Amino acid sequence: MKQNGSPSKNGTALTLTLDGEKVTFSRGETLYEVAERHGREIPTLCYDPRLEPFGGCRLCVVELEGARNPVASCTMEAQPGMRVRTRTAALEVQRRILMEMVASENRDTDVDPMHGYASQEMADLLDRYDARTGRFAGATSGTSRPDDDNPFIKRDYENCISCYRCVRVCAEQEGDYAISVMNRGFHTQITTEFGGLLKDSACTFCGQCIQTCPTGALGDLKALANKDVPGETETTRTVCPYCGVGCSVDIMTRGEKIVGILPAMDGPANEGSLCVKGQFAFDFVGHPDRLCTPFLRDEASGELRPASWDEALDFAAGKLRKVVKDHGRRAVYGIASGRAPHEAAYMMQRFIRAGLGTNHIDNCSRA
Amino acid sequence: MSNPLADMDKPDVIFCIGTNMTECHPVAATRLKRALARGAKMIVADPRRIGLAEIADVHLPLRVGSDVSLLLAMAHVIAREGLMDQAFIDERTAHGEDFMQHVAQYTPEWAAEICECDPEDIEKAALLYGGADRGAIYYTVGVTEHICGVDNVQSLCNLALMTGNLGREGTGVNPMRGQNNIQGAGDAGALPNNYPGFQTVTDPAHQEKFHKAYGRKVDLETGMTKVTALDLCGDGIHAMIIDGENTLVTDPDRHHCEHALKSLDCLVVIDIFMTDTAKVADVVFPATAWAETDGVCTNTERRVQRLRAAVPPPGEAKPDWWILSQLAQRMGWQGFDFGSSKEVFNELCALSPLYNGLDWDRIDRGEYQWPVPTRDHPGTPRLHEKRFENGRGIFKMLEYRDPEETISDEYPMWLTTGRRLPQYHTRTQTGRSDGIDYLLSEETLEVHPEDIVRLGLEDGGWAEMSNPRGCLHVKVRATTKSPKGTVFASFAFEDVPVNVLTGGGYDPVTQTAALKACPVALKPVGPPPVLGQVGAGSPLGAPVL
Repeated sequence: MKQNGSPSKNGTALTLTLDGEKVTFSRGETLYEVAERHGREIPTLCYDPRLEPFGGCRLCVVELEGARNPVASCTMEAQPGMRVRTRTAALEVQRRILMEMVASENRDTDVDPMHGYASQEMADLLDRYDARTGRFAGATSGTSRPDDDNPFIKRDYENCISCYRCVRVCAEQEGDYAISVMNRGFHTQITTEFGGLLKDSACTFCGQCIQTCPTGALGDLKALANKDVPGETETTRTVCPYCGVGCSVDIMTRGEKIVGILPAMDGPANEGSLCVKGQFAFDFVGHPDRLCTPFLRDEASGELRPASWDEALDFAAGKLRKVVKDHGRRAVYGIASGRAPHEAAYMMQRFIRAGLGTNHIDNCSRA
Repeated sequence: MSNPLADMDKPDVIFCIGTNMTECHPVAATRLKRALARGAKMIVADPRRIGLAEIADVHLPLRVGSDVSLLLAMAHVIAREGLMDQAFIDERTAHGEDFMQHVAQYTPEWAAEICECDPEDIEKAALLYGGADRGAIYYTVGVTEHICGVDNVQSLCNLALMTGNLGREGTGVNPMRGQNNIQGAGDAGALPNNYPGFQTVTDPAHQEKFHKAYGRKVDLETGMTKVTALDLCGDGIHAMIIDGENTLVTDPDRHHCEHALKSLDCLVVIDIFMTDTAKVADVVFPATAWAETDGVCTNTERRVQRLRAAVPPPGEAKPDWWILSQLAQRMGWQGFDFGSSKEVFNELCALSPLYNGLDWDRIDRGEYQWPVPTRDHPGTPRLHEKRFENGRGIFKMLEYRDPEETISDEYPMWLTTGRRLPQYHTRTQTGRSDGIDYLLSEETLEVHPEDIVRLGLEDGGWAEMSNPRGCLHVKVRATTKSPKGTVFASFAFEDVPVNVLTGGGYDPVTQTAALKACPVALKPVGPPPVLGQVGAGSPLGAPVL
């Protein structure tokens, strides 16, 4: 992750000229970051704000006074006094041609948004630059891997534009170095150690490569399995149900069905990272094994049988009252869950303390 | 954690002990890996060659349960080499001088006899941590789930106190919590010794406060822990209400647990599935699950965050708080008519000094880390910056103790247990999520290749693993990830119920179970009659021989 520096040492604000407007910046900021902060929408394909700048796609080029050619704004550090133009007719033509060429490399230019968080970036730019002209007869670089039978990550490299975002997120963000690049030019191939299956590599199936891919060359197979579920996709911000790191996620739903998980790029604990469980292990929610009614132990048969809430609550309260009557209020013990929200744990201790007046309450952290 | 997660890529020396972070807290581990990429050094103390050990500068493969000896020796080296932060010791601690004298006797050579690490590596680790400007300690239940769990944590505190590695960016003593709201369960007062906000129940002022809030006097004495309560089932404890815990499978000594729960006159279980524990209940209430429940949780760095419902619950499932408040009303108690999660959480905030500055609406974006004592307080990402809550940081004079059970001729191998990356706990959730089994569909016992030969086992063959508490069959995998003399299995799969074996004592202070060090015997057995059907009908999952 990059970190921005502070204003200049002597405390005076650093300034440069952006499209004729004088703007301030912090030491260490790139031209791209300064421009973004000032509301410029500079197109990128190889850029992920969490990763080191790469300068591969050249879409973010800007005109810098004194430089012979346009420069990549994502790799150019801002300096005091720079005069920068982010939107000129020449730049727009250059960006359009670049997009036409990029599009010519891929089998599909439009992929289902269920592929992943960034999967629409290329298609959106093709629209923005009206670049679906088919003027160039390109060739796909990259060979897809339908032989990889993993249930999570689609490896459709015929839609790969060699932005290396997957390679970089795996190395820089995850520290796993499971993915690398083989060959160059039209022969470029995103691959793993010895070109095998992801399962046999250092891949942990965290899904970060899927979420940063701007073309859908990589896709979330679990979400894609739900692409025909009717309805608009809605998202709900919440926190992952597993360990204590507290990663923020956006649950994607259509109607009453969870259709996939997106990492929250602004999640304070995870800043866009997830692991295999947070990314993919959500089907327990709608699982047919879920309990749908209360159960109580039938006194005649000794078996658990479904019951109404009224019946089950009365049955439980009756049994608890009998225990209190026979053995006293200290004979009842409450165990709260580390998996349920505060309100559950709070109510359990309230039940024991305010109801029975004892401190016979614990949670599952001692196991 | 004393420090925020964001500090994890800032230390110059990282000391991880008893934490298999790349598998158990993978996203936190990515921050450590980024610190390493920037040039930080890492010490990993763990019996196994876990993922973190592979990328460490020093790996200390200590014998399970020997942490105190290792940490005393590290303190010895730091003291001997004069690497202490004397100003910090003088200003903020007590008994520093006594401590330096205390550790003078505990040389790396002495520790090596106990913890089985190379004394030179102990020396190297101590010099690294002692020499760090920013040294940060991270630990998980590999430190706490021992009879000396408290001693282990205090040993780590001693190291941080003597080097002044507390209260600053990129330092701290940082436990990684293992469940999404295990911190919150404690915060909310689900503890026998504390009201919400860790207000001790033995303080009459606190009792008075809650008497006023709840309209009922609460006992002034500490309640019993869950461990004691399970011991006393049928003999003092006659009813239990268990929310969202598969006690039978996750707790040590399954036979004991099963006996305990069956001795109750009334067992009420609230859960989302018919777990093994729910199956022995008198009443089972269906709870709403994650993604169906509005609520609040607190993560390992004390960050208070909102959980939001995205889909409706199945059938008649209800939020846990609703179930308990309804049950309270059926008991005839007043004051339990809450209408929403928000009302419940806001009452908690009003009663907890750690949450006084918060309410349901203020935590919407999750920017607060407790304590947040007042409305104008910005939250506390980093604890102990200027002072310790209780005055000075006190050095503890600790001594090494053996685990309650140690290996013998009859039970010559150490079993240690834990989690694996793709599966979580007893698989009630990950086991019901499509695809996860592709990554891990069965449990195997990790055994060092030399032990495989010595014990007459076969890589890929089956072993019978036993001790006086129980016995199970498990497939064997040869790996140098396990050190010689120690085997590992997770508790995820019901057909390898390792907790029939665990249960060798508890920490005397916290009553945390010693799940990490358990002597066992291993011998080869034939494969089960029908693969994948081992003891499927038996309540214990595997045949007890």
